[in-house]
Amino acid sequence: MTATVMTADDIRRALTRIAHEVLERDKGADDVVLVGIADRGDDLARRLAAEVSRIEGAEVPVGVLDITFYRDDIGLRAEAPEVHETRIRFDVSGKVVVLVDDVLYTGRTIRSAMDALMDLGRPRKIQLAVLVDRGHRELPIRADFVGKNVPTGRDDDVRVQVKELDGADAVTVRRSDEGEGSA
Amino acid sequence: MSERVVFEQARLVDPLAGVDEVRDVAVADGVLAAEAPADAERIDARGLILAPGLVDLHTHLREPGEEHKETVATGTRAAAAGGYTAVAAMANTDPVADNAAIVQAVRDLAAAAGSCDVFPVGAITRGLDGEALAEMGEMVEAGVRVFSDDGRSVPTARLLRNALTYAKAFPVEVVLAEHAEDASLIEGGQIHEGARSASLGLAGRPAEAEEVIVARDIAIARACGGRLHLCHLSSARAVDVVRRAKAEGVRVTAEVTPHHLVGTDDDLVTYDTNKKMNPPLRTAEDRDALRAALADGTIDAIATDHAPHAVEEKDLEFDLAPPGTIGLETALAVVLTHLVEPGVLTLLRAIETLASAPAQILGAADHGGPLEPGRPANLVVFDPGAEWTVEAPFASKARNSAFMGERLRGSVRYTMLRGAFTVADGKPTR
Amino acid sequence: MNEHLLSMHDLTAGDVTRILDTAGSFREVGSRVIKKVPALRGRTVVNLFLENSTRTRISFELAAKRLSADVINFSAGGSSVAKGESLKDTALTLQAMGADAIVVRHSSSGSPLQLTRWVDAHVLNAGDGTHEHPTQALLDLYTMREKHGRLDGLRVAIVGDVLHSRVARSLSIGLVTVGAEVTLVGPPTLIPPEAPTWDVQVSYDLDGVIPKLDVCYMLRVQRERQRLEFFPSVREYARLFGLTSDRAAMLPETALIMHPGPMNRGVEIDSDVADQPSSVIEEQVTNGIAIRMALLYLLLGSTGAGETT
Repeated sequence: MTATVMTADDIRRALTRIAHEVLERDKGADDVVLVGIADRGDDLARRLAAEVSRIEGAEVPVGVLDITFYRDDIGLRAEAPEVHETRIRFDVSGKVVVLVDDVLYTGRTIRSAMDALMDLGRPRKIQLAVLVDRGHRELPIRADFVGKNVPTGRDDDVRVQVKELDGADAVTVRRSDEGEGSA
Repeated sequence: MSERVVFEQARLVDPLAGVDEVRDVAVADGVLAAEAPADAERIDARGLILAPGLVDLHTHLREPGEEHKETVATGTRAAAAGGYTAVAAMANTDPVADNAAIVQAVRDLAAAAGSCDVFPVGAITRGLDGEALAEMGEMVEAGVRVFSDDGRSVPTARLLRNALTYAKAFPVEVVLAEHAEDASLIEGGQIHEGARSASLGLAGRPAEAEEVIVARDIAIARACGGRLHLCHLSSARAVDVVRRAKAEGVRVTAEVTPHHLVGTDDDLVTYDTNKKMNPPLRTAEDRDALRAALADGTIDAIATDHAPHAVEEKDLEFDLAPPGTIGLETALAVVLTHLVEPGVLTLLRAIETLASAPAQILGAADHGGPLEPGRPANLVVFDPGAEWTVEAPFASKARNSAFMGERLRGSVRYTMLRGAFTVADGKPTR
Repeated sequence: MNEHLLSMHDLTAGDVTRILDTAGSFREVGSRVIKKVPALRGRTVVNLFLENSTRTRISFELAAKRLSADVINFSAGGSSVAKGESLKDTALTLQAMGADAIVVRHSSSGSPLQLTRWVDAHVLNAGDGTHEHPTQALLDLYTMREKHGRLDGLRVAIVGDVLHSRVARSLSIGLVTVGAEVTLVGPPTLIPPEAPTWDVQVSYDLDGVIPKLDVCYMLRVQRERQRLEFFPSVREYARLFGLTSDRAAMLPETALIMHPGPMNRGVEIDSDVADQPSSVIEEQVTNGIAIRMALLYLLLGSTGAGETT
């Protein structure tokens, strides 16, 4: 049983709001860079950058970061985790890096992303923007900017679809059949 | 000690007597008896086959000098376990069997062990150096009838011609047995030269290396009239040459091993060193030609080329491992399972190639049958349907079997050497 | 491909694509200031180089270290017989040390496969006798794909001593797997007669093949005495089968010139040809580290033999 928790319009409005929040928190776009976490964070980061540019009238550098080599579960699955591309054509040292991801869940991906970022330079600050926070953190990680809080059970399946990869924008939740937990 | 035994209702298969029928076979005082003595042990042999004890034209007993691989005692024990009552022991020992003293020493060791008769083979060249003739005359006086430099070919045509010609002086007829592989073509070669060697990255030993020597030796034997025997033939081309020569009346005999009758170079994809031998396993076409040659008489005998090596010698990188497989204990079962059962050979023909023909080539008058009253009781009794797995430990000291892990049918129950059990109830007695 | 990499026969076209794509990410890591990622942190990789090769060993060593693995270099000048310890005993020692992966180069064909019978670790073939050299073939495929944008339908000639070349074998298999067209060129004595069973063409006329190539891959010609029995002289070899400047000029403009190294300048390839822009010989080296990182990552990053979930 799949439910849509965010429509394309919901996503668009959420990104606009987050763009405003970033500019408010960081007092403008100076020294702000956006880094999407591959795969789906890539498209969201670029859209967010476009919004920030539109609002503030200034170009914000955008990159994509593949965190596969920093994962904590390498060697524990039948197949080695699939790799993606890292493309960061600017120096992150001294910058306010806003990491962008689609879903915040256990927090392990973000931990890996921070380790990866640290190997690329020394950011002044790292902030986190996510489209969906579904709870169930396993590490002390929190998001600075959240599109929508979606309480889920551990066995639920949360999917973020983006136009660029999936043809349409939507956030869906498929509840597991056996017993619903609530965050 | 000689037994008094009657094998009741055994299927007697005796090629030289032309017999294949169920009867009681009695043994007393070292020979076959016309009737069973009253006090004879009665052994129920229903369903079992009784044949002349097998004779191996080609065995490596490794003693003197390489006792870590095998000794005369363990090798002859393995022979008995395989149903053999006589083996020809090749000369490439250390020191080489190129004189009467070594020959006698090997014979003495065999007599002391008592498992099997050993006919030592004398080297053709001194020290197997391929340069000077060994003292063949002295060895003939010591009872040698077969000479061979097995391990490698006689290097020059001239040397072979000299050996064959010189041998004409002896009061008895001798045989020169040749390992046919031209040295210049096989240098560094590990397996058969073909598609497999090309993709496995192993240097090859081409079939023409065998054909070249077979053709050379036949031409020389034809010209100077000696008796030539070709060891472990492995290729279709060589078989063709031998067939034509026999048709022309050249006095040549030939042997083939059980592994060449079954295996091909496809078996080498796992780089299993137990399947590395000289000459190498070749293609399916070669194997089929060998089978046909055995059936039509172009090849006279099956010989094991039993080549034991220590475990640590074979457990090495492929190109470092010595070639060879043991075979005395599996020969009969391999022939029954892979040739007789599918109908490639009749049982009678199989026994002929395993016992009677090799006995005739070797000049071993007491072996190979016929199993008639008064003749020495050198025989084997086996269960043709008993299934077993080829696995260590063997009666041989060595474990390098090309058939390791295979299921075979045909199990020796009794082997008798001059009327004494060397194998009883399936187990060696010595 | 999760347990070992012994031969290019172990890989499907899909596997090759995956390896090349993964290598691309590692190439990017190699361009950073900190060229290290923690992916294989604390794993133990043994370089068992029983045949001398400084370049390949260093390439594997760097690859393992950049993945944060611990590296043990185990080399021996001669054969295991010469140094008194058998390959099997060496393998059992490495097993006892807890090696997670063993990268093996050996002068005996088939020894990596034999090694897998004695150890639980992942075994990576870094070159065995005249049999195969899969990591070289993969880095060559990477280089070709990068320059031409594709592998399917590429026309590649492999020129030289194919008979004794493990690189030629691995590369032929790999190119056929991904749909390229392979022609082996060299003196008849140095091309196995059964080569057409590998799905390749054979030609003894380099001049006839050159104008239609996307890649001209030159093999090293061994000068050792036994090789000289296969052709009369180095001079004649260079004249008939060497990539001279004249011949290189006949190559299509977009064609790549490649060589697995080390080169015999003046024998199989003229010096100035080796140094011209269409020669990507140096890039092959850079790509080598990335490919080896990708292979170590894919093998050790999955549950294979000896792993627990």
